[in-house]
Amino acid sequence: MHDVTYLRPTDLKDAVQLYRTTPGCRPLAGGTDLIVMLHARTLRPPPRAVLDVWSLLELKGVRRTQGMLEIGAAESYTGIIRSRDAQEHVPALVAAARTIGAAQIQNRGTLGGNLANASPAGDTLPVLLAYDAVVVTDRRSIPIDQFFTGYRKTALQADELIVAVRMPLGRRVVFRKVGTRAAQAISKVVTAVSRSPARVAIGSVAEVPLRARRAEAALERGDMEGAIAAVADDIRPIDDVRSTAAYRRTVTQNVLRELLSVKPAL
Amino acid sequence: MCPAPVTAVGRSVPRREGADKVTGRARYTDDITVQGAWSGRTIRSTIARGAIRSITLDPAFDWSRVVVVTADDIPGDNVVQLIREDQPVLAPRGGEIKHKEEPILLLAASDRATLEEAATHVRIEYELANPVFEIGSATEVFSTVEITKGDVASVERTADLVVEREFRVGLQEQLYIEPQGAIALPEADGAFRVVGSLQCPYYVHRALKRALKLTDQQAIVVQAETGGGFGGKEEYPSIVAVHAALLARKAGRPVRLIYDRHEDLAATTKRHPGVIRHRTGVKKDGTLVFQDIEIVLDGGAYCTLTPVVLSRAAIHAAGAYSCPNVRIRARAVATNTPPNGAFRGFGAPQSLFAAELMVEHVAEQLGGGVSSVDLRRKWMLRLGDTTATGQVLTESVGSELVLDAALKAATTFQPSNIPTVRRGRGLSLVFHGSGFTGSGEKKLSGTIAMEALADGTFRILTASTEIGQGTKTIFCQLAADALGVPLERVTIAPQDTSLVPDSGPTVASRTAMIVGRLVQEAAAEIKQRLQRERPPLRVDKSYIQPDSIHWDEATYRGDAYPVYAWACTIADVDVDTTTGEVRVTDLVTAVDCGKALHPVMAEGQIEGGCLQAVGWATIEEIKMKDGGYQNDRLATYLIPTALDAPRIRTVLIENPYSRGPFGAKGIGELPMDGPAPAVIAAIHDATGVWLDEVPATPEKVLAALNGAQRREAAQS
Ligand SMILES: Cc1cc2nc3c(=O)[nH]c(=O)nc-3n(C[C@H](O)[C@H](O)[C@H](O)COP(=O)(O)OP(=O)(O)OC[C@H]3O[C@@H](n4cnc5c(N)ncnc54)[C@H](O)[C@@H]3O)c2cc1C
Repeated sequence: MHDVTYLRPTDLKDAVQLYRTTPGCRPLAGGTDLIVMLHARTLRPPPRAVLDVWSLLELKGVRRTQGMLEIGAAESYTGIIRSRDAQEHVPALVAAARTIGAAQIQNRGTLGGNLANASPAGDTLPVLLAYDAVVVTDRRSIPIDQFFTGYRKTALQADELIVAVRMPLGRRVVFRKVGTRAAQAISKVVTAVSRSPARVAIGSVAEVPLRARRAEAALERGDMEGAIAAVADDIRPIDDVRSTAAYRRTVTQNVLRELLSVKPAL
Repeated sequence: MCPAPVTAVGRSVPRREGADKVTGRARYTDDITVQGAWSGRTIRSTIARGAIRSITLDPAFDWSRVVVVTADDIPGDNVVQLIREDQPVLAPRGGEIKHKEEPILLLAASDRATLEEAATHVRIEYELANPVFEIGSATEVFSTVEITKGDVASVERTADLVVEREFRVGLQEQLYIEPQGAIALPEADGAFRVVGSLQCPYYVHRALKRALKLTDQQAIVVQAETGGGFGGKEEYPSIVAVHAALLARKAGRPVRLIYDRHEDLAATTKRHPGVIRHRTGVKKDGTLVFQDIEIVLDGGAYCTLTPVVLSRAAIHAAGAYSCPNVRIRARAVATNTPPNGAFRGFGAPQSLFAAELMVEHVAEQLGGGVSSVDLRRKWMLRLGDTTATGQVLTESVGSELVLDAALKAATTFQPSNIPTVRRGRGLSLVFHGSGFTGSGEKKLSGTIAMEALADGTFRILTASTEIGQGTKTIFCQLAADALGVPLERVTIAPQDTSLVPDSGPTVASRTAMIVGRLVQEAAAEIKQRLQRERPPLRVDKSYIQPDSIHWDEATYRGDAYPVYAWACTIADVDVDTTTGEVRVTDLVTAVDCGKALHPVMAEGQIEGGCLQAVGWATIEEIKMKDGGYQNDRLATYLIPTALDAPRIRTVLIENPYSRGPFGAKGIGELPMDGPAPAVIAAIHDATGVWLDEVPATPEKVLAALNGAQRREAAQS
């Protein structure tokens, strides 16, 4: 475990100020990624302080604002799963939240953490891409399709805090995670699809969670078979300890076929 | 009139250590605080094969805060005491490295931070050699077994159909909940007390004596509450204990050596992977003419218990069937991978997997409406039949009972109504020898003692351990009934080698049946003596092989096991054709256990074993890279979660064995045997493709489905 200074801001303003002025500082939300990394000492450079944003009221809750659904960056998956508004307006995100880890992780894990961690296997990320979510930070709004800039890299500046995520109302998105077992599984392929507008977003098949643009173009033309064929060219899967590139490719196509045949509930 | 005595055997009485476990009072090794104890750590090889050229302790680091142990610090023999003398306690300077994660150096320090820091200042340089990773390219053979019955060569021509298949089985991790660990404490007179998570106190005792040059009295081994073993704590704890004791010896203070999960997964023994080839000849009507079987198991870099695993694999290789002509040729080879070792089933799950699928293949190729269940009925061993080793089965043969019971208990098969999901059902019939193989029990001559104490209570002294399977509870049940006293009057002494005799290891489905019988006999003797004598009294009982058991080690002929337990398993699976994922939805298993001494724990053993087998069959995969395991964390070594577990229904069948305690036979390992072939048969039933291989990961299933689709397309 790295030795770090623990900082507990009183409100968002305080947090932003501390983050800006403390060298080597890392936000800490649920800690389900960060504590693991601190323990394994894999963070480079090693952090010197953590800023606990878990209890900041401004980062909590699920609410409707300006014709959008807004979810606080430090709201837990359990909070999202239990929210009536989330169930009604973003059921695919609720479905994704239910697949994360198991109960303990859902009680602590947050959307802000999933976003900032930017793992290609982050399960909410394709869903957020399919919803055209907007990442609201302490200083600006970042469209989700500009958020992931490389392997575990984001558009966030060094001292930028995620405050909330906004999604449009009324979009129909379907979701499927393929992770080999029913809980505590890291995705081999995770897909979210919207028919209109055409969005095909996939995780664990490239260095970032990505939008399958060729497949989307075909889908926009109403060409489902074309989309299923094209998606194979949109992805860049690899062989790793969890699966193989060949499997990921076939499953991406199969899952897309399956998701295009289901009628989303909304 | 006296009320009828309430007997304990056959009732699901509360577990002896149950309350402590569920309330958190139970002290596992890492829970035990020892004043002034230092923490230890193992430095391991990073190469699969080569020689140690140099070990350098970086002079920039202050080594006065750390204790360092190398092979030079071993007072006794640098050998892990087991079957062969091939495995060093620590690889010596200039010595050969045979696998990744081989222990080279031990460190201890007062705190973990210093320990971690010290570890980064050890530099080991190697001379690299060419490693052998594949069974096919291995040249060194640990052991061979040949079993011959009848004469395969002379009848080959008389078969109407000969079916040939090759099967593959993968590595599996035991994944006990509690990782390996031991605490060593130096005591007066040069003695060392080692408290640890272990299955076999006297294995550890022998290993300590040998490596640390101790007398019987100087080596004291105490089992702490143990969070599971499954064979993984049969031989490996000897290494952990000796390492801890070497550190404690040099540090002159207690040392704790507790593995974290990553080290445990990366370094400790796994189930032997292997390749098994079958050639089976039958008549048109399905009559079995011959079985010709070849088994190759990968033992890894050192021998460990491999010859015994191979032996059990070979003896079970013909399956639960009666065939007049059998040839089984088995060998275990060495590769430069971490040593494989004991794991629930001990070779039998591997060979029975192949034997059971072979029944399916023969039935399929025979056609003509002969089902694999019909074939099993035709072939199966019945009372009076002779096994591959020439053993005549004289009692407690449950083959037909379990087959009938499982078929009766299975629900009506409902096909899937989801278009992308195909459902199938598969069945297997297996047997498993209880107790040590051949003359093992005779050589071992396990001993227990029973005391009648002055306060009217009774105490069982045994080295048989409680590792979650219920030893403590059933021994007390057996003693209470044999004594005719209430269960509360019987206690069990701690598993401490300075107190209890060597009852043999807690392995091989032998504890309830072999050691339990000794408990029953000792209790009966005490009861008799109490009619004439007054407590305190003590009776020691050792196993004596009945005259009717004959075994010839040289020819592998005779009574391989005192008796067999039997199981029939029916598995229902859903195969998702989108992803190749296999979900085992339902599992019915009928088990002939002789007598269910404690029905709830018997069912617990069976359900747990079945789930462990389902994991092996479907998702528990270890990929190798440069001779090491890639899946060396719980994030990558997947086992079924509660959500993945099938609904398991167990039917217990009591078909008593005359020499078992109250008729009981061993069932610890049996449930590991049946589910894998049943699952693979069910996948075939669902999809029409054969995998002949475990684990049937989604990757393999999907590739097989696509292959079948392409073949169909090519044909039409
Ligand atoms: C056992 C286990 C199972 C898991 N299963 C899954 C799974 O199935 N699917 C999945 O996608 N993930 C899974 N995860 C990973 C993890 O739970 C998720 O990524 C989770 O969303 C992280 O949220 P957190 O609040 O815990 O993040 P933290 O660990 O607190 O933080 C993660 C990263 O985000 C940064 N961060 C956090 N909040 C902010 C903020 N407001 N602004 C800027 N940066 C911020 C932190 O500095 C850190 O770099 C699992 C983890 C574990 C330990």
